[in-house]
Amino acid sequence: MSLYSLTLHDASEKLRKREISSQELIEAVFQRISDTDDDIRAYLTLCRDAALAQAKQADRRLQQESTSSPLLGIPIAVKDNFLIQGVRTTCASKILGDFIAPYDGSTVARLRSAGAVIIGKTNLDEFAMGSSAENSAFFSTRNPWNFDRVPGGSSGGSAAAVAADQCVAALGTDTGGSIRQPAAFCGIVGLKPTYGRVSRYGIIAFASSMDQVGPMTKDVRDCALLLEAISGHDQADATSVNRPVPKYSESLTGDIKSLRLGIPKEYFTTGLQPAVEQSIGAAIGQLEKSGAIIQEISLPHTEYAVAVYYIVATAEASSNLARYDGMRFGHRAAGKDLTETYMLSREEGFGPEVKRRIMLGTYALSAGYYDAYYLKAQRVRALIRRDFDEAFKHCDAIITPTSPTTAFKIGEKIQNPLEMYLSDICTISINLAGVPALSLPCGFDAGGLPIGMQIIGKHFDESTILRAAYAYEQQTHWHKKKPRLNQP
Amino acid sequence: MKYESVIGLEVHAQLLTQSKIFCGCSTQFGQAPNYNTCAVCIGFPGVLPVLNKKVVEFAIRAGLATHCEITRSSRLARKNYFYPDLPKGYQISQYELPICANGYVDIDLDGTSKRVRLTRIHMEEDAGKNIHDGHGDSSLVDFNRAGVPLLEIVSEPDMRNPAEAGIYLRTLRAILQYLDICDGNMEQGSFRCDANISIRPQGTDALGTKVEIKNLNSFKAIEKALEYETARQMDTLSEGGKLIQETRLWDENKEQTRAMRSKESAHDYRYFPDPDLLPVVIDEKWIDEIHTSLPELPGTRRSRFLSQYALPLYDAELLTSRRDIADYFETAVTIYPNAKAISNWIMGELFRILKERKLDQQLYIKTWPVRAEYLAELVQLIDQDKISGKIAKMVFDALVDAERSPQTIVKEKGLEQVSDVARIETSIDQILAAYPKQIADYRGGNEKIFGFLVGQVMKSMQGKANPQKVNEILKAKLSCTIST
Repeated sequence: MSLYSLTLHDASEKLRKREISSQELIEAVFQRISDTDDDIRAYLTLCRDAALAQAKQADRRLQQESTSSPLLGIPIAVKDNFLIQGVRTTCASKILGDFIAPYDGSTVARLRSAGAVIIGKTNLDEFAMGSSAENSAFFSTRNPWNFDRVPGGSSGGSAAAVAADQCVAALGTDTGGSIRQPAAFCGIVGLKPTYGRVSRYGIIAFASSMDQVGPMTKDVRDCALLLEAISGHDQADATSVNRPVPKYSESLTGDIKSLRLGIPKEYFTTGLQPAVEQSIGAAIGQLEKSGAIIQEISLPHTEYAVAVYYIVATAEASSNLARYDGMRFGHRAAGKDLTETYMLSREEGFGPEVKRRIMLGTYALSAGYYDAYYLKAQRVRALIRRDFDEAFKHCDAIITPTSPTTAFKIGEKIQNPLEMYLSDICTISINLAGVPALSLPCGFDAGGLPIGMQIIGKHFDESTILRAAYAYEQQTHWHKKKPRLNQP
Repeated sequence: MKYESVIGLEVHAQLLTQSKIFCGCSTQFGQAPNYNTCAVCIGFPGVLPVLNKKVVEFAIRAGLATHCEITRSSRLARKNYFYPDLPKGYQISQYELPICANGYVDIDLDGTSKRVRLTRIHMEEDAGKNIHDGHGDSSLVDFNRAGVPLLEIVSEPDMRNPAEAGIYLRTLRAILQYLDICDGNMEQGSFRCDANISIRPQGTDALGTKVEIKNLNSFKAIEKALEYETARQMDTLSEGGKLIQETRLWDENKEQTRAMRSKESAHDYRYFPDPDLLPVVIDEKWIDEIHTSLPELPGTRRSRFLSQYALPLYDAELLTSRRDIADYFETAVTIYPNAKAISNWIMGELFRILKERKLDQQLYIKTWPVRAEYLAELVQLIDQDKISGKIAKMVFDALVDAERSPQTIVKEKGLEQVSDVARIETSIDQILAAYPKQIADYRGGNEKIFGFLVGQVMKSMQGKANPQKVNEILKAKLSCTIST
């Protein structure tokens, strides 16, 4: 087995037993990137020199410390909306261009102190707005399972990199499905934690009330380990919650006897690709066989989720993106006066989807429209949240497809924003409600494209969804399948 | 037709916290440009605000001192607009649910009290400063001020003339200074004011079309601008013209207001609750704690000064306009209880020195040029006839920065007042002998000569003679001579 295809927990064990060194592992991964990334184009920036230096340091620590963090010496990729001091951070936008981050974000700082080696920054939809990674201002990333297909988005680069063994694990951000949908499309595990579980300080804001950082990994155990490392209260983020971080890996017992799993009927109506419906059905059968109690539930306000999301998220984004004005950093056009400088800088700097969302959000907040749009959306959002509260009185976790379809073709939906928005229909409610959810592989369609199952949990109950996911994974082999890449 | 003006004021008070409202940067004034900045207050990508608890405490203090209701769960909101001095493209402020609402400030109009209602007090961050001059085609931005905490204090339109507006502002400023939350320095911009003014026929209730005036940088500017604007609005109406709702700028040099923007071109700030910040939840215990820690406020103190020390209104008002001066006064009065005399010395000699040394620009004077206990002793020496008023002024000057008591100075310099009749008589006799012609004039009816003669006696005794005794003896001697 090649070093680059190791899972995080396997690599960690080999490092600790000193069967391999971090430097060897990092070298293998960089070799893998150079062999495959011309096809996949997952990375926007590689941090080779810094990574090798960190690996060296990690090897030293591995020799000295007996009990060390599972991330020590492990190559991790982060989405290019994480700030790393001294490293180019673009958010896949021209408006940031060659912006060099002046500080480390809180999650990056946690990774560093855990000894992880950050190897590079992955591609995304510009400002994390999109479901296909096609909205990147630089290039589209391709799905490792089929280069004509999108990897999903917005964390498409991270998902593709994990699937193609271009890193051991990666981090993404998820505002409406941006971790889970690409995880499903690329056949990996991706988890969006409870809002407030992981600090948002140092990730570039899209929609502040929904953005969450989360792990994207090769299996469920890796996901638990990485989540544990990045979770916890951060004084720099007022919305991060101060409660203890459980040992998530300890919840991976394989036992889900009597676990009550809810199946929301609203997620199984029209529009599901038959292969997706079949795979999810089979997966539910598997979970039941393992002892889970399956019951139908209802999340009655599901149909409003997409509409609510595209008001709340765009409203927040329109304000969050105001700071990209060409004044203090990033792209500045030469206008003849202040107003023209603003207008040209933003016109040249932002791509079409970002502009579309800024306009939508500005409209929703405008005098005379605020009540009808933003305020009403907030009220419906409260109802959606209540749907989950009600549902969780009857079950411990909820099972749905992650996406109604498998990965679509590059270019297929880019001209039709509405259709693109609907590809997040299964994931969006979760962000509105602030609850945690993960996606894990549960099958393939006839074309060999991965299918993802979403497991949704109660607020701060990541342990239960990880336990359910692990139990399922133990009984299946989907996560072990690898895309066949043409290698030199 | 007779008109009255209807005035409401919006005050921005910069708070005296050590650090900014959403980051740990210092608030110190006068640093090199962009010295007090970090990624947060410059609005870099990825940063988040964390509310400074001290700002909330100061806001509650201001709210309690102005009889406001304290909102138990208030919200911060974003006010969206583009300007180079506004790093994030929005200002974090409050909109719905400000921290304080429905208060009032009682102001004193020549002895009668008037209540000015407060609509709200809210917390917000200040913007940076654009610098346009001296850099060719470009402008520079200094973000030291960006994120410095402000309270915006909004009054109801309860003032009826510019003078009332001035009194309200001074009263409000004194309250904030007493609370130790704002230094009230208008020149440095730590106490700023925008005015809303309309006029209406006297005796009517409906509000006229209001105009907002900006760029008011001193009390004088505020009163002048309001006077100008009242006159302009009256002229417009009496000429049959129509007023429009607009924002006008006060031009200090031309002493007039000019149109800046109309209501139609006003910004749509697209306020919405800031999703980066949780609701500000305030518990009863904290409010109680702050309540019990409030100092005696200027209005209460003034009333007490009137009754306890029997001071004239003018004195009481002036002494209580600053907490440090009122404290100084009370320290002195505790040592020697001649309140009116001490008040006179403070308002006269002490104020002169404070002004000379610009100490009056300090929010709270801790080290006084003349110690309060020395001033008390000085007044006592006068009352005990130990020194004359004239000598006392000399002693006062010698007390400045001195570590010696008035008594010591008087002794050292031999300044004790001479009340000894024999010594005074000797001196008077000498003067009478020296000025026979003037004495003849006096007797001829020129009474002014008496003053001249007193002066000569005082001069011959180096000013130390008890002036009352000199008067008595001189008068007696002059009349005595007539009778012989």
